[in-house]
Amino acid sequence: MLVLVYLALIVALIPLFSILGEVVLKGANSINFNFLTQPTPTVGETGGGVANAVQGTLITVGLASFIGIPLGLLSGIFLSEYGEARISSVVRFFNDVLSGFPSILVGIFAYALIVTVIGFSVTAAAFSLAIIMLPIVTRTTEEALKLVPATLREAAIALGIPRWKTTVYVALSGAKRGIATGTLLAVARIAGESAPVLITVGYWRWWFAGLNQPAANLALNIYIFAISPFENWIALAWGSALVLVIIIVGINAVVRVLTREKYP
Amino acid sequence: MKNFRKPAFFSNFKSKIIRNFRKPSTGDDAFKLLTAGFASSIFILLGLMVYELVRGSELSIQRFGIGFLTGTKWDPAISQVFGVLPLILGTLVTSAIALLIGVPISLGIGLALSEYAPRRFGFVISFLVELLAAIPSVIYGLWGIFTLIPFLRNGVYPGLHTALGFVPLFSGPIYGGGVLTGGIILAIMIIPTVSAISRDVFSAVPNAQREAAISLGATKWETAKTVVSYARAGVISAVILGLGRAIGETMAVTMVIGNKFQVLPASLFDGWYTMAAIIANEFTEATYDLYVNALVEVGLVLFFIALIINVLARLIVWRSLRLVRGIAKE
Repeated sequence: MLVLVYLALIVALIPLFSILGEVVLKGANSINFNFLTQPTPTVGETGGGVANAVQGTLITVGLASFIGIPLGLLSGIFLSEYGEARISSVVRFFNDVLSGFPSILVGIFAYALIVTVIGFSVTAAAFSLAIIMLPIVTRTTEEALKLVPATLREAAIALGIPRWKTTVYVALSGAKRGIATGTLLAVARIAGESAPVLITVGYWRWWFAGLNQPAANLALNIYIFAISPFENWIALAWGSALVLVIIIVGINAVVRVLTREKYP
Repeated sequence: MKNFRKPAFFSNFKSKIIRNFRKPSTGDDAFKLLTAGFASSIFILLGLMVYELVRGSELSIQRFGIGFLTGTKWDPAISQVFGVLPLILGTLVTSAIALLIGVPISLGIGLALSEYAPRRFGFVISFLVELLAAIPSVIYGLWGIFTLIPFLRNGVYPGLHTALGFVPLFSGPIYGGGVLTGGIILAIMIIPTVSAISRDVFSAVPNAQREAAISLGATKWETAKTVVSYARAGVISAVILGLGRAIGETMAVTMVIGNKFQVLPASLFDGWYTMAAIIANEFTEATYDLYVNALVEVGLVLFFIALIINVLARLIVWRSLRLVRGIAKE
């Protein structure tokens, strides 16, 4: 029986090593100077790279974080500081529901709200990514704040600091490591999301052209290139996958190693 | 302890806030209002989502009514008739295959991490399994197209075909992609979710349970079985959560499943279609209003199915964790 249990482990880890191995092997072939500095090639053109996709992804994810992080932070603070209120358990519940949501539906929502008004754009994509990131940031903020020892807050209140200042200055700085790592994980998550981006941005081959215009996206490009029949596009897909994996898996690995150290 | 200097600008309506040991400050109220406002954004978002999904599918709901859910034709070009029954079936069947393959593996991992593995080894394993969860869906799809499909098409499926070909499920032509491949990739994707929750639920089982089993002479495996049985509500909710994840999975599925709209596939090796996949493939190419509305209505159906599953799972998780922790405190 022990054998079966460990067999399950091995069966689960084989795809992980296969995926990472394939991405590294096939992607490393594509990475060269051109790859990192050229924009996407047209159909039939050779060469080309992912520079505009990296730029577009950075801008979209940046805008999404700009919207999503403050929203999630304040929601998390509410849940941890005023967590006894009845409304808190409802908010927590719906937060959990939202976090398990199909990302493509979030894309449809952003489409209906923003794309019908200003067209396919970075704003719409960023909005949808912010919605995806919101529950994650909220939950990690709440968890991080809960870990701040009550004695710290009590000491602050004993010194006469109003409750809201205690939260903002004392509790938050105690929880900043947990919040930072949780936020990084959320950012890593949305950097890889391609379904909502597909619906809110379509496909864009050029450099960034404004917030009300579409922009290239690394994850979306992987999808479009992978299902195409062109050799150089497929090679670009693997290269983009390598870039994405390095960023996302790198962030995850670093964060999880850092957070594990704290708890013996 | 009464606060004799009741500030003049507080009305009796706020007497609950005043019943404090400290002199209340407007900063506190403002902060509470500010954060409460942001926290309620979650309701507002969910509510808006439902509203937009319904509003965006009006035309289609008016035109097809309940026939949309039972219809089996999807013809945007000529007759402009849309029906989602094959999509619902496709989504449910691929998710079911994912559960059949993924849940036993996840339970095994959960048991390994909570019962069998030594501490540091367990840390490495959890870390690796969580890494599986961090990989984006498109990269699963990319790997699926260029590594998994050739592997299955050349190595596994012919074997299955010859061994089990008498069963109609395994007797069709082999394309590489298809229902079974979609199910396999979904299984890999739900393993992190289901195994993490199982591990948590198994760890929350009080040691008294294990000690009682051992004192009655149970082997390690038999003890593990009692642990699983004790935590079965949590396991069920973990499974349902994995199901919720599988149902909403878009990119990886659409890249390997063949995207073939048909009521029933000829076999497990044949192509099929899911709700999320059809939205991803056709949304940007929907040229007229009814088409867009039909796709949004597919989204609405997916929304309700995902909502029901997620709500169910969360309810069971909360209840079972509270139950286990409540008993453990005794």
